[in-house]
Amino acid sequence: MKDLIIPWDADRDFGTPAKEGKPVTLTIDGFEVTVPEGTSVMRAASEAGMQIPKLCATDSLEAFGSCRLCVVEIEGRRGTPASCTTPVAEGMVVHTQSQKVKKIRKGVMELYISDHPLDCLTCAANGDCELQDMAGMVGLRDVRYEAPQTGGLANHFEARNTSGEANAEWLPKDDSNPYFTYDPAKCIVCSRCVRACEEVQGTFALTIEGRGFGSRVSAGAANDSFLTSDCVSCGACVQACPTATLQEKSVIELGTPERSVVTTCAYCGVGCSFKAELNGDDLVRMVPYKHGKANRGHSCVKGRFAYGYATHSDRILNPMIRDSIDQPWKEVSWDEALSFAATKMRGLQETYGRRSIGVITSSRCTNEETYLVQKLARGVFGNNNTDTCARVCHSPTGYGLGQTFGTSAGTQDFDSVEHTDVVIVIGANPTDGHPVFASRLKKRLRAGAQLIVIDPRRIDLVKSAHIKAAHHLPLRPGTNVSVVTSLAHVIVTEGLMDEAFIRERCDWEEFQEYAEFVSDPRHSPEANEMLTGVPAEELRKAARLFATGGNGAIYYGLGVTEHSQGSTTVMGIANLAMLTGNIGRKGVGVNPLRGQNNVQGSCDMGSFPHELPGYRHVKLPEVREIFEKAWGVEIDPEPGLRIPNMLDAAVDGTFKGLYCQGEDILQSDPDTKHVAAGLAAMECVIVHDLFLNETANYAHVFLPGSTFLEKDGTFTNAERRINRVRKVMAPRNGYADWEVTQLLANAMGAGWHYTHPSQIMEEIAATTPGFANVTYDMLEERGSVQWPCNDSAPDGTPLMHVDGFVRGKGRFIVTEYVATDERTGPRFPLLLTTGRILSQYNVGAQTRRTANSVWHEEDVLEIHPHDAENRGLNDGDWVRLASRSGETTLRAKITDRVSPGVVYTTFHHPDTQANVITTDFSDWATNCPEYKVTAVQVAPSNGPSEWQEDYNAQAAQSRRILPAAE
Amino acid sequence: MSPEKMVTMANQIATFFKSQPGTDQSDRIAAHLSDFWDPRMRAQLQSYVSEGGKGLDALVLEAAQKI
Ligand code: SF4
Ligand code: SF4
Ligand code: SF4
Ligand code: FES
Repeated sequence: MKDLIIPWDADRDFGTPAKEGKPVTLTIDGFEVTVPEGTSVMRAASEAGMQIPKLCATDSLEAFGSCRLCVVEIEGRRGTPASCTTPVAEGMVVHTQSQKVKKIRKGVMELYISDHPLDCLTCAANGDCELQDMAGMVGLRDVRYEAPQTGGLANHFEARNTSGEANAEWLPKDDSNPYFTYDPAKCIVCSRCVRACEEVQGTFALTIEGRGFGSRVSAGAANDSFLTSDCVSCGACVQACPTATLQEKSVIELGTPERSVVTTCAYCGVGCSFKAELNGDDLVRMVPYKHGKANRGHSCVKGRFAYGYATHSDRILNPMIRDSIDQPWKEVSWDEALSFAATKMRGLQETYGRRSIGVITSSRCTNEETYLVQKLARGVFGNNNTDTCARVCHSPTGYGLGQTFGTSAGTQDFDSVEHTDVVIVIGANPTDGHPVFASRLKKRLRAGAQLIVIDPRRIDLVKSAHIKAAHHLPLRPGTNVSVVTSLAHVIVTEGLMDEAFIRERCDWEEFQEYAEFVSDPRHSPEANEMLTGVPAEELRKAARLFATGGNGAIYYGLGVTEHSQGSTTVMGIANLAMLTGNIGRKGVGVNPLRGQNNVQGSCDMGSFPHELPGYRHVKLPEVREIFEKAWGVEIDPEPGLRIPNMLDAAVDGTFKGLYCQGEDILQSDPDTKHVAAGLAAMECVIVHDLFLNETANYAHVFLPGSTFLEKDGTFTNAERRINRVRKVMAPRNGYADWEVTQLLANAMGAGWHYTHPSQIMEEIAATTPGFANVTYDMLEERGSVQWPCNDSAPDGTPLMHVDGFVRGKGRFIVTEYVATDERTGPRFPLLLTTGRILSQYNVGAQTRRTANSVWHEEDVLEIHPHDAENRGLNDGDWVRLASRSGETTLRAKITDRVSPGVVYTTFHHPDTQANVITTDFSDWATNCPEYKVTAVQVAPSNGPSEWQEDYNAQAAQSRRILPAAE
Repeated sequence: MSPEKMVTMANQIATFFKSQPGTDQSDRIAAHLSDFWDPRMRAQLQSYVSEGGKGLDALVLEAAQKI
């Protein structure tokens, strides 16, 4: 295994952020330096290779100028200015090491050290402490300062004086956060943490309380701890702290790491780059990587801290088999498990036909692994029965954007948000779902961009510290198409569209048909107010703002796609962007926020049953030919089954075997009872996962999976960025997931012989035009690249559709609102919509096995006070939540974040099984399930439902493992 | 798949294409079905149509002849 060699200065802290501007030349210690205008003297010196001592400055934050350690002399200027806050000027002559400044620096350090414990050898930050470094750098040799004799200790670090009196200035450690501690005794009050929380994260959880000697960092209000404050545990403050004051508990426990490997977070579609820091194969911490182009050195609690699941005792490390699901599991060798699985699968095909088995690829696994799993279906099973969990999240994006623009992908990179003037966030909750992107968005909003939120719930972005949406359109769940069409109505009828753009870039005839359609008065906001619940005037204002406010960008999530009209809404969003000319440059665009880390990649890699890698339909002979040549097999020209279709076919008896990699369809897919019935009807279910997940309750073969820390590969994030995943430790289960798939394929006679994922990438590049120039060597060199990356875009493609749409002319598509069949009525009068929260991830298999559970122990049902009162419910009561599909129980949380008539919950815990409630209605084009709208009733309850009890009994029964036979 | 579910799904597709301008709606429905429905689903639809196609949108009945 080869570690990524980090160039010596990759981690160098330049002291202040980079600037853009015209070049300015100055002289520092006799060297001429040229930097962009606006750069600080400190950064200019650092760029020239000279570090000026500093404590309160760091290049992720704007300079603050409080410690005075960085003073310099500048010819022709009086005094000793702080280099971090002094911008460069043409011809400036700077001296960083004059006698005068050296003396000042020693004095400053002496003061700091006089109020700091000298227990460096046993301090967790020993060797990784900037205070230590600076004391060394300025040559501090003794501390002459002594506490005044009159009263008190006048320091912050001794709990008691020598005669045992308590020190009023001393505060105990706050270790309430599960991942890091705050030890006030070591704080130098540089306020880097406070500024990181504000500038980088945008949460404003920290303040400096008090003044002068009494100043303290404080989380939340007076009686708060880190845990009870607004802190979201992103780790930005810990990262910024120069001392051991804010310190990862893992470092306290394990010591400072000695090696690091750059890799990519395996949680959400932001795709943050991290440095995994280790001693040997002992992972000490994950630190956001400064040069990661998606995250630019920031992270959220999941990627930064929630990796403990990788070594959790629940992990299954040995293959297991059983003949039927009422038997306990039997641990067996890999060989035995694979030949058992292969024999069963082949047998099923012989009895029930070639199309009777299939695969589900994982959006959590790498591109290479996904590619192999779909290749297994197409090349070894000989059918197109391959689908992925993107079916249940972003399949409408694929269809909708494919129809309008010609390709299924977000149009921008994340950096683009820095150039946006008006943002529409629709059906997404970025502060919880895509936290690092949310921080970047909030930064832009604080700098003056305007925000329109279209969501049934008052999500955090609507109003939080220093952020306020210009318009919140709290629509009724299920009326997205109507709202989006009304926005277009206002833009067209008020003549606010960008006609020049439309004439040049879009099909003019289609536009005219579309314009006629949307102009119809029945699409006016006034005509739909009753239906959507959105005040017409507010909607009009929002439309005007978006059309006229400058660069307009639309970000959307599963609140758009997971509806019976999901695909139609995606088209409506594309229409809005084209109408207003907001495509093809920085700061604009249509941006699906992808759920899982590799949803984009799993779609790109041909996971869908109708298309081969690169979004090309299997019916096309010229496309099949490429793969037939590469694989030496014949490819079935007929589309295969989608996940819901597989389950239907299983119940009908025509679909009998499934290889399911890294997905938990029983928990994540709608209408749990139907999923369970489908799984129960299959004769061979192979689950390939880290844990005995819910689906495994119905499995016959369990193949242990590997974590992202244990394999090489690539993930593609929501901005189409292909990032490397690097193996930082050996797989505990013995094989990386791509190897397991290969073993299974070979047990079925495939004869594959990949020895490294880079060879799989070579095959992808050779067969898929958008990936033509992607190689591991290139990724090593550049860090990451955004597809398409081929001869016409050798550097990749940060922005799509710049000179024209992928399909040529953009197509406006008529978007008629159709009410979902899921309607409220006397039995089920409320609408349930679902979502997720920051600390947990999807079905929670990973995050529930970490300390993240302190923030979210259970799923709760949010209900409006009005609806709660009608039902006699109090906050925290157990309630029964029922739909026509099923019922479950959970606790109620009374809040006006949801409108009257709407209830909301998350789906992170298997005990709750929110999907027992959701129905089998789905998007008309893609069968993406309608998670976001279910008619329900809520009533008081006193405990788990019968279904929950039966389910838990079945699960416990099914999870039994026999001790391995010797 | 239950006939009710199949009818719902097919009619949903028809509803979308019905709203589109032009006169080739049934062709587009047929194309959508051929592109996205696996052969056994299309066969189920066709046999359901041949038994009368109760509950199906007229456009689906027309499209079923073209897949
Ligand atoms: S962990 Fe993040 S949210 Fe919490 S205080 Fe630190 S910077 Fe703020
Ligand atoms: S906690 Fe760390 S970053 Fe914050 S003020 Fe104290 S020393 Fe500075
Ligand atoms: S979960 Fe998403 S936002 Fe959080 S660190 Fe991972 S990739 Fe970044
Ligand atoms: S680093 Fe410049 S004043 Fe602190």
